[in-house]
Amino acid sequence: MIIDYVGVKEINGSLVVMDGVEGVSNEEIVDIRLENGTVRQGRVVQIDGKRIVVQVFEGTRGISLTNTRTRLTGHPMEMPLSPEIIGRVLDGAGRPIDGLGDIFPVKRQNINGTPINPVSRVYPKNYINTGISTIDTLMTLIRGQKLPIFSGSGMSHNDLAVQIVRQAKISGADSTNFGVVFAAMGVQKDVAEYFRKSFEESGVLSRVVMLLNLSNDPIIERTLTPRCALTVAEYLAFELDMHILVIMTDMTSYAEALREFSSSKGEIPGRKGYPGYLYSDLASLYERAGMIKGHPGSVTQIPILTMPNDDITHPIPDLTGYITEGQIVLDRTLQGQGLYPPVSVLPSLSRLMKDGIGEGYTRGDHQALANQLFASYAKVIDARALASVIGEEELSPIDKKYIAFGKLFESRFVNQGFNENRSIEQSLDLGWELLSTLPRAELDRVDDAVLDIYYKG
Amino acid sequence: MNNTNVIYGINGPVVTVKNADCFEMMEMVHVGTQKLVGEVIGITDAYTTIQVYEETTGLKPGDPVEGTGAPMNVLLGPGILDNIFDGIERPLKAIEAQAGAFISRGASVESLDPDRYWKVTMKVKPGDKLSGGQIYATLPETPIIEHRVMLHPQLSGVVKSVMPDGEYKLHDTVAVLEDAYGEEHALSLCQMWPIRTARPVKDRLTPSIPLITGQRIMDTLFPIAKGGTAAIPGGFGTGKTMNQHQLAKWCDADIIIYVGCGERGNEMSQVLEEFSELIDPKSQRPMTDRTVLIANTSNMPVAAREASIYTGITLAEYYRDMGYHVAMMADSTSRWAEALREISGRLEEMPAEEGFPAYLPSRLAEFYERGGRAQTLCGDEGSVTLIGAVSPQGSDFSEPVTQNTKRFTRVFWALDKALAYARHYPAINWMQSYSEYFNDLDPWFKENLGEEFVEYRNRISALLQEEASLMEIVKLIGSDVLPDDQKLVIETAKVIRVGFLQQNAFHADDTYVPLEKQKLMMKTILHLYQKAKELVAKEIPLSKILALGLFDKLNKMKYDIPNSKPGMFDDYIAEIDEKLAEIAR
Repeated sequence: MIIDYVGVKEINGSLVVMDGVEGVSNEEIVDIRLENGTVRQGRVVQIDGKRIVVQVFEGTRGISLTNTRTRLTGHPMEMPLSPEIIGRVLDGAGRPIDGLGDIFPVKRQNINGTPINPVSRVYPKNYINTGISTIDTLMTLIRGQKLPIFSGSGMSHNDLAVQIVRQAKISGADSTNFGVVFAAMGVQKDVAEYFRKSFEESGVLSRVVMLLNLSNDPIIERTLTPRCALTVAEYLAFELDMHILVIMTDMTSYAEALREFSSSKGEIPGRKGYPGYLYSDLASLYERAGMIKGHPGSVTQIPILTMPNDDITHPIPDLTGYITEGQIVLDRTLQGQGLYPPVSVLPSLSRLMKDGIGEGYTRGDHQALANQLFASYAKVIDARALASVIGEEELSPIDKKYIAFGKLFESRFVNQGFNENRSIEQSLDLGWELLSTLPRAELDRVDDAVLDIYYKG
Repeated sequence: MNNTNVIYGINGPVVTVKNADCFEMMEMVHVGTQKLVGEVIGITDAYTTIQVYEETTGLKPGDPVEGTGAPMNVLLGPGILDNIFDGIERPLKAIEAQAGAFISRGASVESLDPDRYWKVTMKVKPGDKLSGGQIYATLPETPIIEHRVMLHPQLSGVVKSVMPDGEYKLHDTVAVLEDAYGEEHALSLCQMWPIRTARPVKDRLTPSIPLITGQRIMDTLFPIAKGGTAAIPGGFGTGKTMNQHQLAKWCDADIIIYVGCGERGNEMSQVLEEFSELIDPKSQRPMTDRTVLIANTSNMPVAAREASIYTGITLAEYYRDMGYHVAMMADSTSRWAEALREISGRLEEMPAEEGFPAYLPSRLAEFYERGGRAQTLCGDEGSVTLIGAVSPQGSDFSEPVTQNTKRFTRVFWALDKALAYARHYPAINWMQSYSEYFNDLDPWFKENLGEEFVEYRNRISALLQEEASLMEIVKLIGSDVLPDDQKLVIETAKVIRVGFLQQNAFHADDTYVPLEKQKLMMKTILHLYQKAKELVAKEIPLSKILALGLFDKLNKMKYDIPNSKPGMFDDYIAEIDEKLAEIAR
């Protein structure tokens, strides 16, 4: 027997409280039908006996204490999945909005997913060639990794993400089994359109699944968007054996939506008002990247987040950095100098890089070169700090050499055209060429044997 | 009252039961029809509050809640080593075999393999008196570790009968014990122990033997004792996990318990892979033979993350009681503290600093106090060394978890972002870090490595201190204006930093350096400094000394001198003397 519960007890932000509900299960989805015929969806977030708290995805505007009829659906939030989902455009809760009709599901999957057993994981080792010197050489992206882009408002993170998608060569992937899942959370229509156009131009649009929760879409729906996207990604990767690149932008909007939801629920806030479980919540998204034994497919995540006030210690980038396997940090000063991509090399990092590069993957000298570039560029920063106090003229000869190296490094190695696709050999050789402007004795991170081959100073 | 307690309310991982009076505080319970594991964390006359160790989606009010009558226990026995568990000691390999690559809920698998046969040698005969913690049987658990089966610490009595030596399974009765009240107890190869209770020891001993790690900065400048406690705080990307891995691989403990508490799944698969490939230099066996992994990754349920630290320490104590030196790495304790905060928030407790519960310091203290060197109940000596990584929010060491951890640990290996950015690993900042074990350990160092070891160390750290204060000046006016003797300090400190403190974990020789070589490296650096200082005092310009290339040569001696050839240091010292004598002429 299907029961409609009439009316609600209490409305608070995006939450409604209902009483006298029986047989409800935690996290169950409910349909709320308004008097004017519109149907909204909600999720049960708290149960106290017969009193339940429901989070309404589309917001509570227009809901009164009496004008609703609510029905329990009997299942948690599920995503309809089928191979035809590739190439579709969905809204933030996974419903088609491209006018091509509903998705006929082959299966339905709980959007919360289940954790991958650590013993079933394959340790990611295959590198993805992005054709971008800084990333390939210094923070190599690995298949199955989660590598976020830490950016700020107004910086060229979108271009960088598009360039990665366009140029990425995943070993083992070709046009038949490569796909992109794109989740937009709280971004503007223009940005979503920019991504769509770019995918079209680079010829991948037919293999992209787009989930769009734009900035004027319901905020609570935003908390579902990445989960739906990752459910699609997992399905494509682990059941259809595809190599999936997941782009999620902007994680900051997601976290803010979560904060809004948490505070309306009256939860005790942690840092900066974000809920105490922000770490666990973000982890439940990021940890869905990876590879599984016995399945050829992979999920690689490139989440994008704008650091509020460019502050890397803000809870969102901070907690993200603790979960993800490295980060690509963009820098406003570099951007201001007209450099693209404005990758700030020193704080950027790829944790999985060490096992995915070198002989057999990229080139034997890769790790040594990367270490040396990091170490030498760190000295450039020291020399610049000193120069800003005593003036460049007064620097010791060696510090002057570092200043010169720094300029070359930024203008030639970091800076690269939006359409320029450099092979890994090109990038590595360029690195050696630049290091060769420094005296050989300064290159203390590299074995002599390697220097003999590559050092040309 | 009755045995049919049912769920009343659900809020995230916290479930409440109404009008139940049969639950005990900290009792383990099964929740719902899938029998999810949970623990009672609060009782009032109206409500019992339970934290559930698994995802609560789909639970309904009215679902049954069953008590087990015992607190959260782990099963202790052979089969723990070379295994990987989740936070509540469920073997992940068995779960994989049962449920596939994704962890399903309510998985009911026994912690230890009950069907495996062990080759047991009995150590008692009928009529023997046994008290708690005494060993009654042994068996080879892995080729290098002998498992010593001990009497449960709360039992004692007289052995009535003993089975002959032979092959037995985990739950087979190998002996029967009669206690003082005439009650008989069947003794098997395993026992249960509540994870939140420390296992008893006969006596606490002062830690006086260092845990040798083969990592230069840790062994010489900031040593830790066997049975000591250490904290490794550092922002993300500073190499906490890398350091923990290095310690787990190379430290000279008998048993390693590695707890991945709220960390990355890919990292755990890396540990699994690397450790099974790595060969322990002492025993020529894979590292996994002495290692237990507890993997509760960040997306696994938060309540189990909170328990994982206790599960780890209980396993560590169990092996300590057998007379082993155990080292436990917890990566990271901040995630554990956050799990406490998360659950505390769900319980609507009044938060203290930064939303953490007020009992955070006491929980941390309880945990670190379970480390230590001890005389065990059976009279052996064992130790539990605790090394906890801390992930301070925003890399700010003034946050509550770091500050409180500092109070309860005696070694502080502070990781530094600037060093990590320059890829100086291990990125342990030598100005902020400290060890309180010098006084306890110096006698050992003097006895085993000679009086000079301690002297070298003190001189090295004095040079680093001096460099730090000189750098203050250099930052303002450049190094050119310094007199030569001060420049020499800076150059020497650079050799110490680059040639000595910095260590390459991926280099075959440099990843583990024996203490003897560490000492000779210090000796050679200090020798060069001493000799060069004499020349500078004779007004020979420093630039001339630097041009000899000796400083650069020492920078690379860690690679150029193999661990097996300490004799080469004499050649280096001879070369220094020779070249410097030349300019002096």
